[in-house]
Amino acid sequence: MDGAGNQRVVTPEYMFFEAPRTRSYITGSEAANEAVRRANVDIAIAYPITPQSETMQQVGELYGEGYLKDYYRAEDEVGAFSAISGASRTGVRCLTASSGPGLMRGLEVIASWPGHRLPLVFLIMCRAINAPLSIQPDNLELGYMLLTGNIVLHAENQQDFFDYTLAGFVISEKCEVTLPVAVAVDGFFVTHARGWVEMPSAELKLPGRDGYSEAVPMIDNENPPIRIARDAPIQKSNFISYQMHAAWQQEVHAAQERARPWVARYLDELIEVTNPEAETMIVASGSAVSQSREALRRAEEMGTKLGLIKIKSLRPFPREELRQACRNAKHIIVPEFNCAGWLNREVRATLYGCADLHIADGPRVFGGITMPTEMILEWACPGKQGR
Amino acid sequence: MAEMDPCSIGPGPAGLLPPSAASCGVVLPRKGEGLVEGRIVGEQAALEVMARELLTRKHPTVFPGPLVLWDWRDGVSPKAAAVLELAEEIPGVQIIPMPDYRPIYPKIDPEAVINPCHPNLTIWHNKIEVCVFVGVHCHYANITLRMIRAGTNCYTVTLCHSAGHEDSMASLPFCGAEQVRALTGTIRRLKRQGLRPLHGEARGIRLTGAQQAVQEGLVWQHGDGA
Repeated sequence: MDGAGNQRVVTPEYMFFEAPRTRSYITGSEAANEAVRRANVDIAIAYPITPQSETMQQVGELYGEGYLKDYYRAEDEVGAFSAISGASRTGVRCLTASSGPGLMRGLEVIASWPGHRLPLVFLIMCRAINAPLSIQPDNLELGYMLLTGNIVLHAENQQDFFDYTLAGFVISEKCEVTLPVAVAVDGFFVTHARGWVEMPSAELKLPGRDGYSEAVPMIDNENPPIRIARDAPIQKSNFISYQMHAAWQQEVHAAQERARPWVARYLDELIEVTNPEAETMIVASGSAVSQSREALRRAEEMGTKLGLIKIKSLRPFPREELRQACRNAKHIIVPEFNCAGWLNREVRATLYGCADLHIADGPRVFGGITMPTEMILEWACPGKQGR
Repeated sequence: MAEMDPCSIGPGPAGLLPPSAASCGVVLPRKGEGLVEGRIVGEQAALEVMARELLTRKHPTVFPGPLVLWDWRDGVSPKAAAVLELAEEIPGVQIIPMPDYRPIYPKIDPEAVINPCHPNLTIWHNKIEVCVFVGVHCHYANITLRMIRAGTNCYTVTLCHSAGHEDSMASLPFCGAEQVRALTGTIRRLKRQGLRPLHGEARGIRLTGAQQAVQEGLVWQHGDGA
């Protein structure tokens, strides 16, 4: 079968903004799979782990149908992430995925991708990190991802997972960015639940990756740049080596900054604000946003207006956007699905010294518990909820 | 609310490890624009600044990178010819290539190459106070520019094939042969209008000592890149 051969290449602008869309009622895993179908991916490599396995099993079907040129299960996450590094260095479009403990196992390799300037998309279907053993939803792993230099997008629902995944390939391969893009979603709540997703025709696909137009030369034996491949600087103990390494690390974070306009373009800004005039703002990412939307609705029924700031992009983090969105706020809560409160720390660091407001240290659930709307309301409207 | 002001990106030395211009809020120019010391300007305004700096600072040098040194893709050869034409219009100019990005140890020959692992050595040795990077992959150009700004007083000009460089003092994005020729044309015009080049007495492209030795058929000892 030659599925990709029957598709028509269109520009990202047409794919994202102009192509007619039809609605399907599908799971988050299926939404990611449909994004991959339209993304002109060359190779996908992963190692199975719940809840990621379902998507990568479906991507395997795409390979069988001719939408990908290569696909295989690696020996483990270190192998999968190393192999996808090698694939990306050759200039082809790459996909990998993992969850919780799998991500943690491969973290050394994941953290090396940005420094090697490797465009690829890394799907993260979040789940609790062991121990004790749990396969339940919990996004603690994203706290680790924030320090790696990867672009990190956090999808709220099935629609976001489709859109962010497709956009991730385009953002990742922009010359001034040339970084891996991690597209995270809360496992099970989104991956294994159905929602309406509007998608352009499956007969369309993005243009292929142009490996010759990126920030570093790809490995290509046919061209002289092979000789300038990606030798790491030899780590001598001298100032020159230190300075070179430091300048290199700065460059990774500079590239994250350069991703801002592209993330804003293809994700319709880095944040979404509901009720910007509200004095109590909920700042959330991922599926905590959906729970917060329900909290807004119920608060309104009680005669209280709450605001909501949906953080779409964790890296680059929407610093200026968040400061602007919180300019009227007196009280902020940050509902999260993890015990560490990594988003809370980001919010505090961003707003420090910028506004006279109170930032609550929660609410949080973790270990697989969903967040009851009542819990958000208790924190947002403590008097009315008797907290 | 605190607003972040873009950095002014001028010649250094800016210090041990200055923050990247991008992290200070400097943004890249779009097609038809240029970047001068952290500010977005029109393309022609950027060309004027580049031309003036190249003519009036000490020891102007062109640093061609792999994307113009190796004829590996359509369009490279005409662009390389345009770069040579540009060099010929800058009195006293040197051409020192960045042929690849491999670390060169134990020491480089700063009269033979510039290397992204320690570009300041070439700048210092040759007392270069203005330079043009062209045909260097953006990642390596950026780390090079940052180290030059940190440790030298060199004014960096970049003719970028892609989106441009925030850490460069003057940068033009999406440069093909046409934009290189536009800079050459601006230099010619400034000279016609009476701008006296600092090295006006020099004729043609100036060879470094190492290049002179090669020209004369002498053995050229250089780092082996190991």
